Amino acid sequence: MEGTDRTTLLLNLYRTMLRIRLVEERFVEPILSGEVKCPVHLYTGQEAVAAGVCAALEDGDYVFGSHRSHGHYLAKGGDLAKMVAEIYCKATGCARGRGGSMHVIAPSAGMMGAAPIVAGTISLAVGAAYAASVRGDGRVSVSFFGDGATGEGVLYESLNLAAVLKLPAIFVCENNLYSTHLPILECRPSEEVYKIAEPFGIAARRVDGNDALAVYEAASSAVSRCRAGQGPVFLEALTYRWRGHVGPDDNIQGAHTDIRSPEEIERWRKRDPIGRLRALLLRDGAAGEAELASLDERIAAEVEAAASAARAADFPATKELADHVFSRP
Amino acid sequence: MSSPGRRLGFGLAINEAFHQVMEEDPSVVLIGQGVKSPWYVGNTCNGLVARFGERRVYDTPVSENAVTGAAVGAALAGLRPVVVHPRMDFMLYAFDPIINEAANWRYMSGGAAHVPVVFWGIINRAGEQAAQHSQALHSVFAHVPGLKVVAPSTPRDAKGLMVAAIRDDDPVVFVDERWLYGGEEEVPTEVYGTPIGKAAIRREGTDVTLVAFSYLAPKALEAAAVLAKEGISAEVIDLRTLKPLDAATVVKSVSKTGRAVVCDVGWRTGGIGGEIAAQITEACWAGLKAAPVRVALPDLPAPASRSLEAAYYPGAAQVVAAAREVVARGRG
Ligand SMILES: Cc1ncc(C[n+]2csc(CCOP(=O)(O)OP(=O)(O)O)c2C)c(N)n1
Ligand SMILES: [Mg+2]
Repeated sequence: MEGTDRTTLLLNLYRTMLRIRLVEERFVEPILSGEVKCPVHLYTGQEAVAAGVCAALEDGDYVFGSHRSHGHYLAKGGDLAKMVAEIYCKATGCARGRGGSMHVIAPSAGMMGAAPIVAGTISLAVGAAYAASVRGDGRVSVSFFGDGATGEGVLYESLNLAAVLKLPAIFVCENNLYSTHLPILECRPSEEVYKIAEPFGIAARRVDGNDALAVYEAASSAVSRCRAGQGPVFLEALTYRWRGHVGPDDNIQGAHTDIRSPEEIERWRKRDPIGRLRALLLRDGAAGEAELASLDERIAAEVEAAASAARAADFPATKELADHVFSRP
Repeated sequence: MSSPGRRLGFGLAINEAFHQVMEEDPSVVLIGQGVKSPWYVGNTCNGLVARFGERRVYDTPVSENAVTGAAVGAALAGLRPVVVHPRMDFMLYAFDPIINEAANWRYMSGGAAHVPVVFWGIINRAGEQAAQHSQALHSVFAHVPGLKVVAPSTPRDAKGLMVAAIRDDDPVVFVDERWLYGGEEEVPTEVYGTPIGKAAIRREGTDVTLVAFSYLAPKALEAAAVLAKEGISAEVIDLRTLKPLDAATVVKSVSKTGRAVVCDVGWRTGGIGGEIAAQITEACWAGLKAAPVRVALPDLPAPASRSLEAAYYPGAAQVVAAAREVVARGRG
């Protein structure tokens, strides 16, 4: 990729990642103060995965998420203000205050939903790929899940199903090396997750999940394979969450349940996916300091406006408690 | 060597049950997510890994189906496993080993084998956690033949029922609730089992029987205190076990009061509360002064928003209102 295309792509990736980062970090204070009450699994540190994968998708493609899906929602084009309002559990949220942080959804943007049952949406993503194959409409379906989800049997059933049916499904495992309080090697015999797909004949590889461009390139080729009818792809994105499993810091909020060493966290902070892309943009001459600074400011203002609007919005009315169970009451 | 007056919270009462039963019986093991992290299971597992080792107290990968099935298989092979699901919603992945396998095993083998296992599921709700992090599935388990279901509401019963569940030769679903973990009371220091299938009368009364369990048991007691000020004398029964149900205690009480409010911590339709109301109606029909009234969660998924949660979960006020209603409706 050359010239303006590359510049546009890099700037897009940068914008997407920064929007995710600033939204996530904007939640820290209201979580600690108790204003935001629902469980929030911050995506800080992993932005390159959502941004890189979703940049390779079209609007009509599908994405399914997990408990940690703010980034997937934003990268797929979900409305930022509606997501922030949802995390405040307000009536103006993308799930009208019914779902909170763990159920961000924007079907019109292809963000088909998220759910905190570990591995719970993997088979759903396979089902959306099946729908695409039935219709022959060329869409692809992406399942985002964590390394912890490799413990659940449904992942393997889903891999098999997708492989047998040659579905346009992309399995994206965000390997951040921990499943809540357990390091990956206490959960599985190997750190290399992508190899689980090989016995199913699924094209599989590991990418640097803190390198947005590398993720984008891997996702693009996966999408091409899927659209060409060559069957599913498995991508393992090696990355790291900077903050607590839930909330900003498990050791402040919980009972010292973050077992990761400060040195390890610091090492990964140095591999900041946003800082890396910023450096690349500047090095390439794709953007100047001033341009990036003004972009930063615009995004910060957008996030601030969303937070203010969310705070000012109403909670859902009690009389609407029974709405949305069925299409008709 | 009981030391009188020693008080324990709900979590530490369960913890003491584990320490004592694991000490006396080397076949007892505890497996499941978070047994070495307070993030999942509070203080219920304090000191267990250090005392009994990581084999007997095993913090598992996220594999509910396999882990629960492994507990069932280990039980068939001579262990007495407790498998913890730190959130009851996660147990849905484990329905096959619980319902197809464990519950049926003794019967379908004609008694040739049995499954001494405890499926411990913690209800963990509110806090805007929404539909998949709030569910109370006790009634589903109580529906299944071959499963016993206990649901303590006090630290003393939490310890005693955990001990009894572990010592039981059949599968027991032990259901507790994070909301109860703030409770504290005097708990005997020695190891003791609270009989499975035996309700407790928490307060005596003559006008109406409040049948409750789990978090609604303390709420029913609060309600009884409010009702007393209005001149309504409420008897409060804490079921403690949902299956086998202590119908005798309930029937005896309702035969005396002629009125019943049945409180269920789960959804209304198809819930154990409806079953209890049916049994009361069948057994006490002639003496009933009014139809039993149910207090339960509405037939809706749990909402996230705090405004909706406040309307969703019944508490003492709903129990009081139901009792007033059943008393006002009375035909005698
Ligand atoms: C079925 C199920 N079991 C257990 C949990 C509790 N839980 C929440 S997140 C999580 C693990 C998450 O690890 P991973 O999949 O690696 O995602 P990460 O949090 O690292 O992004 C677990 C076990 C759950 N939500 N669902
Ligand atoms: Mg992880």
